[in-house]
Amino acid sequence: MEHKGFWHRAWRLYADGFREMTVGRTLWLIIAVKLIIFFAVIKAIFFPDFLSSKAGDDNGKAEYVRQEMQKR
Amino acid sequence: MNDMITMVDWARAQFALTAIYHWLFVPLTLGLGVIVAIMETIWYRTRDERWLATTKFWMTLFGVNFAIGVATGIILEFEFGTNWSNYSWFVGDIFGAPLAVEGILAFFMESTFIAVMFFGWKKVSPRFHLASTWLTAIGASLSALWILIANAWMQYPTGCEFNPATMRNEMTSFWAVACSPMAVNKVLHTVTSAWVLGAAFVLGVSAWMLLKGRNDDHCRRSIKVSAWFGLLGIVLTSISGDTSAVTVARLQPMKLAAMEGLYRGSTDQSIVAFGILNPAKTAGNDEDPFLFDISIPYGLSLLATHDPHAFVPGIEDILDGNVPGGDSLSVADRMERGRAVRGMIAAYSDAAAAGDSAATDSLARAINADFRHFGYGYLDKPTDAVPNVPLTFYTFHLMVTVGGYLVLFMALWVLLSWKPRLLDDRAPLVKKLWLWLSVATVPLTYVCSASGWIVAEVGRQPWTIQDLMPNHVAVSDLSAGYVQTTFWIFAVVFTALLIADVAILCSQISKKSLTDLDTPNT
Repeated sequence: MEHKGFWHRAWRLYADGFREMTVGRTLWLIIAVKLIIFFAVIKAIFFPDFLSSKAGDDNGKAEYVRQEMQKR
Repeated sequence: MNDMITMVDWARAQFALTAIYHWLFVPLTLGLGVIVAIMETIWYRTRDERWLATTKFWMTLFGVNFAIGVATGIILEFEFGTNWSNYSWFVGDIFGAPLAVEGILAFFMESTFIAVMFFGWKKVSPRFHLASTWLTAIGASLSALWILIANAWMQYPTGCEFNPATMRNEMTSFWAVACSPMAVNKVLHTVTSAWVLGAAFVLGVSAWMLLKGRNDDHCRRSIKVSAWFGLLGIVLTSISGDTSAVTVARLQPMKLAAMEGLYRGSTDQSIVAFGILNPAKTAGNDEDPFLFDISIPYGLSLLATHDPHAFVPGIEDILDGNVPGGDSLSVADRMERGRAVRGMIAAYSDAAAAGDSAATDSLARAINADFRHFGYGYLDKPTDAVPNVPLTFYTFHLMVTVGGYLVLFMALWVLLSWKPRLLDDRAPLVKKLWLWLSVATVPLTYVCSASGWIVAEVGRQPWTIQDLMPNHVAVSDLSAGYVQTTFWIFAVVFTALLIADVAILCSQISKKSLTDLDTPNT
């Protein structure tokens, strides 16, 4: 009998698991669509790293926040 | 519209919307995960195939909720970086460290073992499978642990020191952050309340199946486990709720006063069991706080300090600085000190630019000596430190009322699971009403759980970080319209996810309840 390594068995676990899924297929579709909406649309378009758009390095960010907090 | 509803309001509304939606998925994962693990343990020990069938039924529902809820919390991190960038910078590594541990350890642990849990029935030994189920449940709780520690730090910032050079708080003691009384109570109260929600879900679904006359034995098995687990959960939630109240009384007295609608405190302070707040009452005027109330003598003194005769400060006492164990500073005094700290931070910047290290060292010491008053320097008037009293009061009382009901509910189900004839021998109408009440208890428990979060978060307003950073300082310099747009996007996306979750759960329950749930292959 052929001895299978850990990574091969791990791969089979996932491959067979996905193949035999019933309700899981719908769930994975929801997960995939959700992650695409979250990361490719919402994060990429609407949620940039705000401070990085204001300053290039940590010193610049600290100075920007200092000024922001002083003028509030 | 946007003139009135500012960017701060939209950013807060967006955070509240996404956090509450996220919290609809999380407690069911936490509670149901442990229940499934207990059921599988019973199967492992007895090798009774009926328990395996029951385990698989609930595991499917766990999987649906987990899949749809997973990653909904990541949205909150998006919001920190964009809407709350001053806050994100100011908290430095204190917020980042627990979240990093959560991401690396708990999330990967959870997501690795969940694959074995669902795909591994025929691939791994029963012992390894059982371990994977438990590790998935424990991983989910560990995820919650680190998030709750981060939240607790915002309620009680400790284990840190402010660095005026970087404008960041730097962690001085990880353990002070992780083991603060606020963190310990928050973790215990939140996780055990999630157990109650998981148990209420199993009882509600089982009750619905009993009403439909489907899989009676499976339902009784499920009830036996979930009723005991729910009772344990609600008892632990009540105990941790009591210790939370003592902690809040000591560390966030304004929140406790708002929870009780208490404007002027006293010794032997009574607690309002039921009350209708007077809308005309504000801090400083002579109106009666309540239009109607039923109070329990000594109750609040006992709840807040475990001493029925102790003084409990009200909102106006706190504004005046009359807080036991405090430094007798009024909010107006703290505003003065906060403004002085703001001035020293500006002076520090000038001294640093001039290369005057003696001045920067001296200013850094002076800043940290009074830093606990820093946030007050941003308030316009003392009453700005008062949270929304009606929302805090009513949600607190709703949470406690439903919590009290859940104690009775779980205790009664334990009794009925032990002596089923007590229910079976009742008139059909009584039995039917009880089962429908059990179904209705599922959404009621969600309301209770969300109310707890509203009390915790609204009750600490106006602070993003207690005493250090008010909301209007924490937000980014963005337009209200920008945040409003993403608010509505999230409202649509999260509502769609919730509808999908409920629809798939209902369809799975309906479909599987028609099969034989005494054999594991169904």
